[in-house]
Amino acid sequence: MTEWILFIVLTAVAVGSALMMVLNRNPVHAALWLVLTFLAVAVFFLVLGAQFLFAAQIIIYTGAIMVLFLFVVMLLNLEREREPIVTGGQRAAAVALAFALLAVLVIAIAARTSFPTMAMVPGGITLTDLGVALFDEWLLPFELASILLLVAMIGAIALARRRT
Amino acid sequence: MEYLIMTIKAVVVFAVVAGSMPFIVWAERKVMADAQARIGPNRVGPYGILQSFADALKLMFKEDVTPRQVDKPIYFLAPVLAMIPALTAFAVVPYGSPEVTVYGVPIFYVTDPKQVGVLWVFAVTTLSVYGVVLAGWASNNKWSLLGALRSAAQMISYEVALGLAILGVVLGSGSLSLIDIVEKQAVPRAFGIPGIWLFAQPVAFLLFFTASLAETNRTPFDLPEAESELVAGFHTEYSSFKFAMFFMAEYINVLTVSAVVATLFLGGWLGPGVGQFPLLGVVYFALKTAALIYLIMWLRATLPRFRYDQLMRFAWKVLLPLGLANVFITALWVGLRGGT
Amino acid sequence: MSNSAAQLAYLAPELVVAVGAVAVLALDILLPERSRRLLARATAAALLASLAAVWWLYAGEVAGRPERLFTGTLVRDGYSLFLDAVFLLAGILGALVSARYVDREGLQSGEYYALMLFAVLGMMLMAVSAELVTLFISYEILSLSVYVLSGIARGRAESAEAAMKYFLLGAFSSGFLIYGIALIYGATGTTALEAIGAAVMSRGLFGNSLLLIGMALVTVGFAFKVAAVPFHGWVPDVYQGAPLPVTAFMSAGVKAAAFGALARVLFTAFGSLSAVWQPALWLLALLTMVLGNTAAIAQTNIKRMLAYSSIAHAGYMLAGVAAYTAGDVALGSVLYYALVYTAMNIGAFAVVLVVGREGEGNQELSDYRGLAVRHPWVAAGMALFMVSLSGLPPTAGFLGKFYILNAALRANLIGLAVALVLASLISWYYYLRVVWLMYFIKPGEAPPTLSGAPSLRLAVGMAAVLVLILGLWPSAALNLAQVAALTVTAGGLPVIGRP
Repeated sequence: MTEWILFIVLTAVAVGSALMMVLNRNPVHAALWLVLTFLAVAVFFLVLGAQFLFAAQIIIYTGAIMVLFLFVVMLLNLEREREPIVTGGQRAAAVALAFALLAVLVIAIAARTSFPTMAMVPGGITLTDLGVALFDEWLLPFELASILLLVAMIGAIALARRRT
Repeated sequence: MEYLIMTIKAVVVFAVVAGSMPFIVWAERKVMADAQARIGPNRVGPYGILQSFADALKLMFKEDVTPRQVDKPIYFLAPVLAMIPALTAFAVVPYGSPEVTVYGVPIFYVTDPKQVGVLWVFAVTTLSVYGVVLAGWASNNKWSLLGALRSAAQMISYEVALGLAILGVVLGSGSLSLIDIVEKQAVPRAFGIPGIWLFAQPVAFLLFFTASLAETNRTPFDLPEAESELVAGFHTEYSSFKFAMFFMAEYINVLTVSAVVATLFLGGWLGPGVGQFPLLGVVYFALKTAALIYLIMWLRATLPRFRYDQLMRFAWKVLLPLGLANVFITALWVGLRGGT
Repeated sequence: MSNSAAQLAYLAPELVVAVGAVAVLALDILLPERSRRLLARATAAALLASLAAVWWLYAGEVAGRPERLFTGTLVRDGYSLFLDAVFLLAGILGALVSARYVDREGLQSGEYYALMLFAVLGMMLMAVSAELVTLFISYEILSLSVYVLSGIARGRAESAEAAMKYFLLGAFSSGFLIYGIALIYGATGTTALEAIGAAVMSRGLFGNSLLLIGMALVTVGFAFKVAAVPFHGWVPDVYQGAPLPVTAFMSAGVKAAAFGALARVLFTAFGSLSAVWQPALWLLALLTMVLGNTAAIAQTNIKRMLAYSSIAHAGYMLAGVAAYTAGDVALGSVLYYALVYTAMNIGAFAVVLVVGREGEGNQELSDYRGLAVRHPWVAAGMALFMVSLSGLPPTAGFLGKFYILNAALRANLIGLAVALVLASLISWYYYLRVVWLMYFIKPGEAPPTLSGAPSLRLAVGMAAVLVLILGLWPSAALNLAQVAALTVTAGGLPVIGRP
């Protein structure tokens, strides 16, 4: 019962603030709503017994990425989102298509899908489990991710460096 | 039941931390006065010890001006956001020996999540930037905004060094739990050197301490509120109680940083005789924390403020490589010894 | 320790390229300014060394005996080796056509070549991935490299625009891909391709909508990268805006990599669901062939024309993948086509570079008027590539298309085969128009002066020789492609066990 209430509340916060993020015209307010979404997701991790992911989510998403977002928004001083040039027809078509897709997904998933369930690990996923998974089974993708980051870094420098 | 006990402990810790605030402020004014050959506050109470209470009353009764151009919701939210993170960090800091129990309940720490531990401190420290950044932005004033921008850039830069410093200690201790980290320091090293991480991880200590000062915007890293160029920086537009909250947040941060450094590097509650008299642990912890607070004040009285480019260069070209080297060497040491 | 060293030996081609990329970055700092052009040679040398490693693994009989590496995240088989060779060819030709251009336009050579090598690395890793997370990370290594490469000519606004468009749409496609992977994981509880295939069979997930939506999203993610209609919107602008050698390199390499990965995912993980995805690919192939070819007719800029032509060729290759029921014949024809397309398309772009001028000048079709009079060899090369792209004998393009047609007929996709022939007929118009312009129209007032970099000529020559060899003596390459395809389609591979 407690779990059920917790789930409802967290979902409401996560989805509600995500909606507010999309609907808000003020970029800083939108960013703050996104922060709230991330925090709600972090608590989801905590409830599911993934304590480390909880901390990582807060440190990386709310603590680093969103601060950078805010930094950029403030630096560019985006006061109000400018109205994009879309005709009424385009907007209506986009809304209709989005809802059609949503309907298809919801109907398909609700009506025809059995979700496989996995037993929760008693006591949650420990750091040791995570470490073993990363450095044994997922060693290679883990190392490839570092190559990916290196590429991103080189790319960012190549595009942003002051011209000599 | 478990949650009730935790709540009670949290309330007590909150009360103690908030209650010590006026005295830390008073101490800072005395230390600064001493360093500058002045007397400092000496009118309210003996040695002026009640000065902070008088100031708090004064601030509360002042008119709370809300400028017209501000972004209201965020303007009100920012001071709260500045205060909360520093307070919540105390949730995982053990302020006395965990052996002391009342009715079987250990009273000297609020909670000890083994899988998160020190990461929680790190996480809430990273959140403390929001108060400053949002205050600066919501004020809708160019000095405030500049302060906020500086703060954001500064905090992101120093967070990296902070994380790497923590990593050194965590690698050496083999645990994230602050209680485990303290207990690891109880074993003396060769030649009777105490096992505290200050001696085994001096680089990590310097990194952590420096980066913490930067994260909390203390001198010499107080560029977000550099009065010589930015009026009062991010809190220019704040007055009355909202200003008091920023003021308090700064001092709670000083206390938090000192407590965390004392735990991570100075052995927390450990000290001679704690084995026989576990209650002594609280005293040792308080003494270590107080010494670090004094150090921070001393630094403020001594060091000039960094220039902005120096600040950035210091973070990325000095602290970051040092931190990486420290992690690398620690990992090598741990690996060669065959685990922690 | 020794075990993982042995595993690394199987990754020798990838390792050589990765080390080469880092070495190029280091050389960029160490070398004095004037000897920066050595970087192009270092790049080519790294790629050649990697090609040698591919050959060494082939000789070691890895080709017919798949080897699972690193807990099954990678699989080294003939399929991945063949594709590696294609990517390396694209890389070598790409480095050759870049050399003069990078100097002339003052691009940042260290970053340029390093990113090019990383792009090749990403392609190679996509080919060996046997698991969706690894595949996604490799896909991103490739994508990030080419986004930056398209925007590396920072002096030109078109280049920045190309990078921005490519990045935004690419980010969408990555989103589709990772969302699809998440749904597939949700439905099957695994991301390993063979385990997904096994789970579909053993748990009877044929109608599971989570799995089907996931499969569709993954296909869409790859369809973006191969530029299939209707996911092709970015192609003309990006191909036109990106620096010419980058366009040449990525038009061939990225496409081959995306096809390689798409085919492996569909064949290995979703083979039992082919009844679902085959019609979808059929439709995609049809749309892509028709739209690519008809839009190419209207172009007056050669870069843009080749962009639409590359869309059309994606359609032909999609037809090959759609012919799943033909088994290894289908996959072999796609592999062979990828090889052929790499040679002829980069060859065509190399000629455009020869004709082109500083700052991307001379790229209108009219600039090719009467080229044959003054520069018969260049014109002959261009004519050869155009004939090959249009699929006429005796060139490689003809055989490539012929094998795809063969596969489509074997899979009973008569309609698609007819569409392929008709689409090719349309394409003759715009390819042969270039030949006609070069040979039968008098040159304009100011005939183009050509860029005579030896590396560029070498690239044109290499591509031309390849197109001829693959057209006249195809059996060796075709045989390799067939064997490579067999390692994927044979199924029930011997399990070598976790290291």
